[in-house]
Amino acid sequence: MRLIADCFFLLGALFIFLGALGLIRMPDVYNRIQAGTKAVTLGAMAIFIGLFILFPQWGAKLFIIMGFMLLTNPVSSSAIARSFYRSGIKVWHHPSKQPQEDNKQ
Amino acid sequence: MKTLASIEQTATGISNIPIWEMTTLESLAVLLIVLATLMCLYRLLFGPTTPDRIVSADTLSVIATIMLCGIAGVFQSVLYLDVAMIYGVLSFVGIIALAKAIEGDKS
Amino acid sequence: MNKRISPPYILTFFICLLLWLLLTGTFNREDLLTGLVVSALVAYISAKNLLILNGLIIAPYSLLALINYLGYFLWALLKSNIDLAQRVVAKEIPIDPAMIKVKTTMQSDLGKLILANSITLTPGTLSVDVTDDFLLVHWIDCPDGTSIEQATQAIAEDFEYYLKGFLK
Repeated sequence: MRLIADCFFLLGALFIFLGALGLIRMPDVYNRIQAGTKAVTLGAMAIFIGLFILFPQWGAKLFIIMGFMLLTNPVSSSAIARSFYRSGIKVWHHPSKQPQEDNKQ
Repeated sequence: MKTLASIEQTATGISNIPIWEMTTLESLAVLLIVLATLMCLYRLLFGPTTPDRIVSADTLSVIATIMLCGIAGVFQSVLYLDVAMIYGVLSFVGIIALAKAIEGDKS
Repeated sequence: MNKRISPPYILTFFICLLLWLLLTGTFNREDLLTGLVVSALVAYISAKNLLILNGLIIAPYSLLALINYLGYFLWALLKSNIDLAQRVVAKEIPIDPAMIKVKTTMQSDLGKLILANSITLTPGTLSVDVTDDFLLVHWIDCPDGTSIEQATQAIAEDFEYYLKGFLK
């Protein structure tokens, strides 16, 4: 039982680590938002599942935190992405090609 | 039904902390999370632009919530979960307010 | 927004009560009474600002659709993380980002919110802005010359199929 929970902990920590690595390596603000949000959300889910296996009596609270995180994490990242986009921060394009026209209409 | 004194004792952790022996896998997980936090801090301190710092602060707040839940497991006290929940709510509200403030001076 | 539908007092009340029960975890008489009073008060004050809840379809089969959607969503989240991990570990990051527009057929505000959330957590996409019928999506690996229809088919269509079960 302890071993399964530890595997979940390790999986979650690995995803969080990879997300932070993406936060360092990505070239653009929007790509960094993507890396951070996705990895941290799944890492949190995995760690909460591990905690639930170790302490089943905390199930209700862990469930509430998990649902709250699943609902608000994308909302907050989307909100900051929208504010950056509206204040005029450009999207990074691959340097080997011309900046292609975004299909605005 | 716990008395208030016993709850306080568990929360402050002055005495009677159940000893938590960490296995190898768990220490590895803690190490990975610490490395992730350090990388986020690097982005926060030396980020080239202000938006990078904001994104990294968002990620750091979520990592702090996860770490609070882990602390709840280590100290085996359910009160830390409440702290984690309130921290999550407050950081979410803070990020939304920040986004509104950035957006507000343009539109 | 539709003015004829009354604000969803009952739904707000039951959601608050469920949260209270999950948080306290007891069925004592005093706790239950406090929860009832507080939920009724919260529902009375805030339900007329919660018109967003009108997007829910209350029907017996909608619970099944919700569970179905959750399963598909978790699978997509796992896939997106594996995809992201491959991109991050690669020596030269294989990305080609662009902003594209995606057409949505969801009617209610709640439907658009959940759809945007799902798009943010699926492989390589981040929803940036929502206008009336279109979502602005940042796609991390956009092929050249993608039209709105192709992008809609690639990003949003599967989720809309699952979401239509319990949202307008």
